[in-house]
Amino acid sequence: MAFHLEFAPVLDLTPELIQATWLTLKLSFSAIVLGSLIGLLATTARSLMPGKFRVFITLYVETIRNTPLLVQLYIIFFGLPVLGIRMPALYAGLLAMVINLGAYSAEIFRAGVESIHRSQVEAGMSLALTRTQVFLHIMLRPAIAKVWPSLASQFILTMLGSSVCSFISVQELSGEAYTIQSLTFRSFEIYIVASVIYLVIALVLKLLLGALGYLLFMLRARSNRVVSTSEGGQA
Amino acid sequence: MIHSFNLQDLLFLVRSAGWTLVLTLVATAVGGALALVISVARLSTHTALREATRLYIVVVQGIPVLMVLFLSYYGLAHAGLDLPPIVAASLALSIYVSAYLGDIWRGAIQSVHRQQWEASASLALTRMEQYRYVILPQSVRIALPPTVGFLVQLVKNTSIVSIVSVIELTRAGQLVNNTTFEPFKVFVTVAVIYLIICYPMSRLSRYLEEKSRVYRDR
Repeated sequence: MAFHLEFAPVLDLTPELIQATWLTLKLSFSAIVLGSLIGLLATTARSLMPGKFRVFITLYVETIRNTPLLVQLYIIFFGLPVLGIRMPALYAGLLAMVINLGAYSAEIFRAGVESIHRSQVEAGMSLALTRTQVFLHIMLRPAIAKVWPSLASQFILTMLGSSVCSFISVQELSGEAYTIQSLTFRSFEIYIVASVIYLVIALVLKLLLGALGYLLFMLRARSNRVVSTSEGGQA
Repeated sequence: MIHSFNLQDLLFLVRSAGWTLVLTLVATAVGGALALVISVARLSTHTALREATRLYIVVVQGIPVLMVLFLSYYGLAHAGLDLPPIVAASLALSIYVSAYLGDIWRGAIQSVHRQQWEASASLALTRMEQYRYVILPQSVRIALPPTVGFLVQLVKNTSIVSIVSVIELTRAGQLVNNTTFEPFKVFVTVAVIYLIICYPMSRLSRYLEEKSRVYRDR
């Protein structure tokens, strides 16, 4: 079996690949920002609102987490127009990703909030902080710091999940790869190239999120510790 | 022939959900066997073996399942190995499972206390025997909740193979939609069937996790 990898026909289409990669990046970035915002709102609502709301949020989280992203995408893109709600493929894809990440991140945030010990909350209350202040400063912030690694992996999964948008003809990286395959017939080569691009994005994203987590949480925790030891020295 | 979504369609969807489960089982069996080898190799004393498996996990976890599927279906066909869709799909899903479970199980093995290794070594067990009688039985308990949790992800990700026209639940949904033109009803039904499969698994995973936490706290 004579078989040679021939990357030239694929690399001739570099501009198309760059454009598609850019779309994947934009799509993933928007989904990550909006999705974690939804997750944060859902967790806040679950903690601060009365019990009735909790049922709805749990329903949302469990339904989304236990059905495939692809089927959610089909319901939004093919199903909603039946009810009169129409949108372009790109926005349908983004909406599906946002709803999906919203549920996953809500669950991650919840785990973080639940890990905060009751005595911390009571201590905050006894210092006459309001419920909202206690939630924001004593529960949420340390909770996010604690679950940051899980959150980071979830963001990477969301980025990888953007490939599913190609199923409804969004020309992001996977969609473009499929098109290039049908133009050049170099299927092995193009999918290797696309996979390498995804891998690079995933690794860079991992590094960036790690650095961001360090800046947001570790650095501050360290400076706090420095302050408290210097106070201790004075006493 | 256009007709409205009826009982026959529903039965077709349920039957196709059977294929979703078959794909899940095959990928779990093949991928799980691979994952066991990977997780042990990942902790091997040979540097080359350790680094090779680490690289494998990073690579597979860094690319979408869809790309793995395209590589094993279109890619291998192009290279002269023309696999039937169902085989290519099983291959792709098994590779996916092997990297994720391999990583989960590596963590489980590592979380067994060092002293267990030292104690079993002092009893003159070989490394193989240490794994067989001391380490693995303990790591299974730690690994079980996240493994069940991952299987939920697997069930959902089998939907991706619909693109190479393996008739599992999602593909069946597309076919029914093509004849009924009732996408909302059809895909919500498909989603409900996935929910019926996945929700009990999610609950089981959480239950196992809580149980193991109680056990550890005691």
